[in-house]
Formats: sequence, structure tokens, C-alpha cells
Amino acid sequence: MERRTIFGGWALPAAFVLPQLLLTIFFFIWPAGQAIYGSLTRQDAFGLKTQFIGLENFEDLLTDPLYVESMGRTVAFCVAVTLISMGVALLLAVFADREIKGRGIYRTLLIWPYAVAPAVAAILWILLLHPQIGMISHGLKALGIAWDYKINGTQAMIVVVLASAWKQVSYNFIFFLAGLQSIPRSVIEAARMDGARGWRRFRTILFPLLAPTTFFLLVVNLVYSAFDTFGTIQAMTQGGPGKSTETLVVKVYRDGVVNLDLGGSSAQSVVLMLGIVMLTVMQFRFLGKRDKT
Amino acid sequence: MASLKLTNLRKSFGTTPVLHGIDLELASGEMLVIVGASGCGKSTLLRLVAGLEEPTAGAIELDGKNVANLDPAQRDIAMVFQNYALYPHMSVFDNMAYALKIRGLSKQDIATRVQETADMLGLGPLLARKPRQLSGGQRQRVAMGRAIVRHPKLFLFDEPLSNLDATLRVSMRAEIKRLQRRMAVTSLYVTHDQVEAMTLGDRLLVLHQGRAVQLATPMEVFERPANIYVAGFIGAPAMNFLPGALSHGGTAVTLDIGPVIPFADGKRPEPDGMKLTIGIRPEHVVANPAGLELQVDLLEPLGSETVIIGRLSDGTMLSVKLPKAEAPAERMNVGFPPAQLHVFDAATGLRLDPG
Repeated sequence: MERRTIFGGWALPAAFVLPQLLLTIFFFIWPAGQAIYGSLTRQDAFGLKTQFIGLENFEDLLTDPLYVESMGRTVAFCVAVTLISMGVALLLAVFADREIKGRGIYRTLLIWPYAVAPAVAAILWILLLHPQIGMISHGLKALGIAWDYKINGTQAMIVVVLASAWKQVSYNFIFFLAGLQSIPRSVIEAARMDGARGWRRFRTILFPLLAPTTFFLLVVNLVYSAFDTFGTIQAMTQGGPGKSTETLVVKVYRDGVVNLDLGGSSAQSVVLMLGIVMLTVMQFRFLGKRDKT
Repeated sequence: MASLKLTNLRKSFGTTPVLHGIDLELASGEMLVIVGASGCGKSTLLRLVAGLEEPTAGAIELDGKNVANLDPAQRDIAMVFQNYALYPHMSVFDNMAYALKIRGLSKQDIATRVQETADMLGLGPLLARKPRQLSGGQRQRVAMGRAIVRHPKLFLFDEPLSNLDATLRVSMRAEIKRLQRRMAVTSLYVTHDQVEAMTLGDRLLVLHQGRAVQLATPMEVFERPANIYVAGFIGAPAMNFLPGALSHGGTAVTLDIGPVIPFADGKRPEPDGMKLTIGIRPEHVVANPAGLELQVDLLEPLGSETVIIGRLSDGTMLSVKLPKAEAPAERMNVGFPPAQLHVFDAATGLRLDPG
């Protein structure tokens, strides 16, 4: 049932919408417009002249092997972060959903990491994994593993994946737990009576019924790992060693802020923006459809 | 098809006891209805048998084998839930086939059995649908089908009709009875609806506050309730209760309100003066010009009959069920036929029979 309130004029409703509208204009539409405009220009080395060059920046991007490489790296990074953070969160949620003593405490503790700022989380992980002073590093070295993520690219990637995934586990955990708890108890009991146990019950009953939650989290996590992990990566490895942890967002920062290629960097931002738009549309389409049937 | 035996079955949640030792024996193919008010422990009893709860003490024997510590999966018991508990993401076919798949039946066998059951329940055309595309009555049938298709040792019904509308409930009730007879599967049926209890059960178990207060055939429970609770719970409108005392050497009761009524079934051995509670069903109260005066408060016409709710001269509430034509307007005089009295010990609430 739809409710419509009829306003007498347009001034009052406009006043209601204005604050949000201003926020959107100043913090989203304006910068986004600037990025789009910037992506169509080229500046000289000293920032004195700006020249309109059409889509040339995009052409350069897509033919730049470094950019394509970074794209592949980002995909790998996103998939790894999403799988790990969702997998671990689901496992924890399934355990926390059981009738156990002190589950309130477990649940609260599991939510905490979400409140930690990215840079702080990065420093925590640095302290644990630092080649010279890290606790985990000492353990790994005792096991005979040559651990130094500052010079080993693969190790660096593992480190940023772990740190990024860890931050997101709490968020996923909350949603998975809520999803599990909204599955009617009697359906699970019916499955028990039908003889389904353990892994089979999870695979055929719980997991399918969690599908809407899982899909929602999939999109959220992909967006998170592609765009929100800049703080973590920047604080831990600055995209290095070399380019081994340089995902697209890190590359935007390096090319634009460090190397001052504003046009190229803007073009990269626009590509990223299109990515977000696509993911969001997909999510709305899919979840919207599910609700209607 | 199996026999079921419960021995001293107890359940406590924390320190709160819910079932205080239930003993029960069901013959193979028998249908037992467990009835009681909300919170009497009837659902808990069912869930213990199902294996969804662990008993605090006692044994549950299915065909002579104690299953009390087995997982529900190993008990071969099927249950129909109050809210049906269908798997929302599966088609009707898959809902019914689920248990069979788990048991590793061949695709061919599964298809045959599901089809057979679906035809029996008139679900044939609905097999491809999802539960959300079904009406309440259809969902109910699927839930039944899911239980039947397994050919289990025991059926459990947890208030399966309470979410249906009144008309559907009556027809499903008849259908459940027919199916149960035809398949001759031992069944436990939990309900708070006394019409279901009276019509469905071979025997009735009345639970009150976690104790079995009477186990008998429905007619016996109706005609010879074991205590005041059962007497008041079974029958609608509920039985009337009047205080009185044993007199005339145990051969009669002197009601507190005046009249002396002799017992039709014989002398009670207890001493005179013992406090009694006399029960009489509304349909057994008769109009009697020489009887007690009843001030009429309310008339409830039921069609062919009318229920009169009124007050005796001392303020005791009394309901009377009379043919429509005999319903009075403001007051009437009522009598209690001796043969229809139920005599209870006022102190313990237990039925007093002639000794």
C-alpha cells in the first residue's frame, strides 16, 4: 500500500529535501563531475596548461599493460578478500548461532573489529607481521619460512588480503548471524526429522535460505575490497614492494597524487566509478526481483 | 508401524520442571491425542518423542528399542508442524523427496513414492510449485505428504490444523482420520482443540501442568472425567460446578445452596459432611418448575440450541443448554437429574466413585 502526502506548495518539501540534496551535490556530484571533466583533459608537467583531449586518457589506460596488470591484481585481491571474509564470517555465524553459554559475549567480541579504523587495523597487523619485530613473523621464521613482506611481493599480497578481510569479517558476521536467526526454527527441525545432519543440512537448507544475505554481502564485499581498502594497503605497503600490492585505488592515488598525472588518474577514477555503478545496479535489480516473486 | 512406550519421561528447562514423569503405551497403529491448555507440556512431550529436545530422565521405546538418546535422524519418526515448516526454496516434489534422497533411494523409487503420495492427497497438479504459491490448506497437505511419503514408524502431529480456517479444519480433520486409519501408522497428535481431541483419538491423554491426569477413550474422558480439571476442560460449554457436602450416610449430596440430591450410582464410603464439588454439564441441566431459580444474564443462540448463562440465588454462575424453543427470557427454574451428576472431592479435586 502506497501512502502519498499531498503538500500545499513546493517550498516545504523542497526545504525537506535540500540538506540531502546539498550533501549529494557538494560531496558526490561535484567531485564526480570534476573527475569526469579531468579525465578528458591533459595537464602539462607544471600544471600551467590544461588541454582538452577527449577519450585519449581512456585509450592510454586500456592499452597500458601496467593498468591491465593492476586490474588483474585487483580482481584477485577482491576475490580473495571476499571469499576469506565471507567464509570466515559464515563459519563464525554458524557457530555463534548455536545454543551455547556466553554466546552474547562471543557475538559482541566478534563485532568489535568493525569499529577499528583501517589505518589502526593496518598498524595492528604490521606489529604482528613486521619482518623484524612481528610476533607472527618470529613464529614463521622459527618454522623456517623466510618471512619479509617488505621485499616479497606474494607475502605482501597475503598480508594486505588478510588485514582487509579481517576488518570485514565482523560486518559479514552480523548479517550472516541475522540471516541465520531469521530462518524459522521449525524448518531446521523439519530437516532434522527428515534425517539431514551437519554439512548436508547446511548445504541443502541453511545455505540456500541464506542466499539473499549472501548475495547482498557479495556485492558489499566486492565494493569494499575494491574501493575501501585503500587505507589499509596504503598504511601497510603503499602498494609495494614494487607494484605487487598496487590495486586500482592505490594506483589512482599513486598516479594522481604522487606522480601528478591528474588526467590519467581521473580517467581511472571514472572507470572505478562505472564499476561501482554496475555492481549497485546489479544488486538492486537482483534483490528487487527476488522481493517481487 | 510400531509400538511406542514412554517410561517416567521427565523434562526440565533449567530448574523449571515441565514434565513430571509421563508413562504411556501405544499399541501399533493406535492414534493417541494429547490435549491440554497452553503451557501444559504437550508440545514438549511431542518434541521429546521426536528427538528435538533431550529428556532429563526416562525412556522412550520405539518397538522395544530405547531411542531417547538417538538423534531425530535415527528414529524414523515423521512430524507435521503447526506452521507446516515446508522448505521454502524447494518445490512440492522436492519437499516430499528430501527425506527419501537423504536415505539414498534411487531416483526412480523416489519419483514413484512421491507421485503415489501426491495422488493420495490430491497434490498431483501442484508438484512443481513452491510453497509460497500454495494456499494454507494446500501447504497443510504438503506437510502431511512429506510425513506420509517416508512410511515412518511413528507420526507426530503438532497442532497441524490450528492455522487453518474453520471450514477447512473440519474437512482436514476428517481426512487425517481417514489417512491414519488407512495407513495404520502409530500416531501422537497434540492439540488444544477439544473437538479434534474427541473426534480423532482412539485414546486421549489429558495433560495438566506437566502431569498426565487422565488416559482413556474420548467417551470415557467425557463421561467419567478423572478430576475437576478434566471435567472443566473437556466439553463446551464447560461443566458447571456447585459446592456441597456428603450426607445421608454417603447416599446423597446436600448442595450449599439448598437441595439434597440422592446419588443414582450408589453410596460413597467417605464420612458424611465431607466437602464435595458437584459437576453437571450444561446440556444435562433441565427445566424444572420446582427447582432452583436461575436469573438469566445472557442468551447465546447456537441455532438449534440456546446456551443460557445465569446466576443462582447465591450468585453461583450456571450455564444451561436447552433446545431453542425452551429458552426463557428472564428467569427459569432448573433441576439437576441425579444420574447426570459428577461427584468430586472438593479438597483433592479427584473423582469420587461409589465404593
